[in-house]
Amino acid sequence: MAVKDYIRERFFPHMWCAGCGHGIVLNGLIRAVEKLGIDKSAIVMVSGIGCSSRIAGYLDFHTLHTLHGRALAFATGVKLSKPELNVIVPMGDGDALAIGGNHFIHAARRNINITAIVMNNRIYGMTGGQCSPLSGYGTLASTAPYTNVDQSFDVVQLASAAGATFVARSTGFHVQQMTEIIQEAILHNGFSVVEVMSQCPTYFGRRNRQGDAVDMLKYMQKITTPIGSKAKEQNPELIERGVFVRKELPEYCSAYDTVIRRAKEGK
Amino acid sequence: MGKRKLKELQINREWCKGCGICAAFCAKKVLEMDELDKAVPVRTEDCVVCRLCEMRCPDLAIEIVAEEQIEEEDIG
Ligand SMILES: Cc1ncc(C[n+]2csc(CCOP(=O)(O)OP(=O)(O)O)c2C)c(N)n1
Ligand code: SF4
Ligand code: SF4
Ligand code: SF4
Repeated sequence: MAVKDYIRERFFPHMWCAGCGHGIVLNGLIRAVEKLGIDKSAIVMVSGIGCSSRIAGYLDFHTLHTLHGRALAFATGVKLSKPELNVIVPMGDGDALAIGGNHFIHAARRNINITAIVMNNRIYGMTGGQCSPLSGYGTLASTAPYTNVDQSFDVVQLASAAGATFVARSTGFHVQQMTEIIQEAILHNGFSVVEVMSQCPTYFGRRNRQGDAVDMLKYMQKITTPIGSKAKEQNPELIERGVFVRKELPEYCSAYDTVIRRAKEGK
Repeated sequence: MGKRKLKELQINREWCKGCGICAAFCAKKVLEMDELDKAVPVRTEDCVVCRLCEMRCPDLAIEIVAEEQIEEEDIG
């Protein structure tokens, strides 16, 4: 199928700013689904609120646009009632890890078969550039005009520690890797977290003098490196990209089915 | 795989927002921005059909159409 078969063309051109990284995630996600050959009606996309969450509206899957930070709770309900469907949850960094932080760690701990894509632009884009738990120490935001003094989470470490059984990171620059990782994450039977570093030229870029979308993508290329590379040994500051965790643990819906069966058999 | 050849490089001018990502990262300098800040193909003969511009466009505004692939057996 062509890209246009996966989108709701009537909503295009989309509302994102010129050069917004969330559009690249949309692009990569469509290509991942296309490569996997999954039927559109076998996918449910559940999103919260944010520029990132608007991605659900543009895709011609079953889609559910819910509450800020609560997408994973809705997605858990969908998955438990229809475990045969592929559930994908795109999230902003604020959506996933500020207001939604608790849902995030517990979904990971349960290992429910959902694919969470954290579209990390290090800022609250939709509401005008407030800092997020991923902005990082020393950055500028509308709520941190004299620099942010909060340290940031490392999404990969947080998701791994919380129990996600597939954890990966890529960027909007590394589109081929991003697409392959999303494919693998969708196929993984358990809770998958894919962090995609995404640029918000309008707020994060402008405030932090990172230039336009092109400059921001060049910067992502510069500050990241494949997991375990020589470059990382020489420069520990580099951010690693690739698949960090890939393991099998009982999946939540199957485990729950077992409990139901036991209860019915009375033992 | 045989070498791919470009058949058509379509830019949807209604959707292109002029971010310049496609032009900046095309290794073959096939694309440029015009006076209206829209991407235009200027050196299609140099395109190697890597499809990176198509994949990186945040606005889904690029479509690369390759010539029917020539099977390796046919080339010999
Ligand atoms: C319960 C609730 N609190 C606050 C908001 C306001 N709000 C909307 S989007 C958003 C943050 C968006 O940032 P992020 O999740 O990082 O996504 P982005 O827009 O950057 O893609 C906030 C705080 C809301 N909609 N609902
Ligand atoms: S404000 Fe930032 S995140 Fe939102 S659409 Fe614009 S560039 Fe994208
Ligand atoms: S990447 Fe897409 S939106 Fe950006 S200039 Fe090129 S065609 Fe236009
Ligand atoms: S397909 Fe590759 S070579 Fe051709 S225009 Fe796009 S980026 Fe350039």
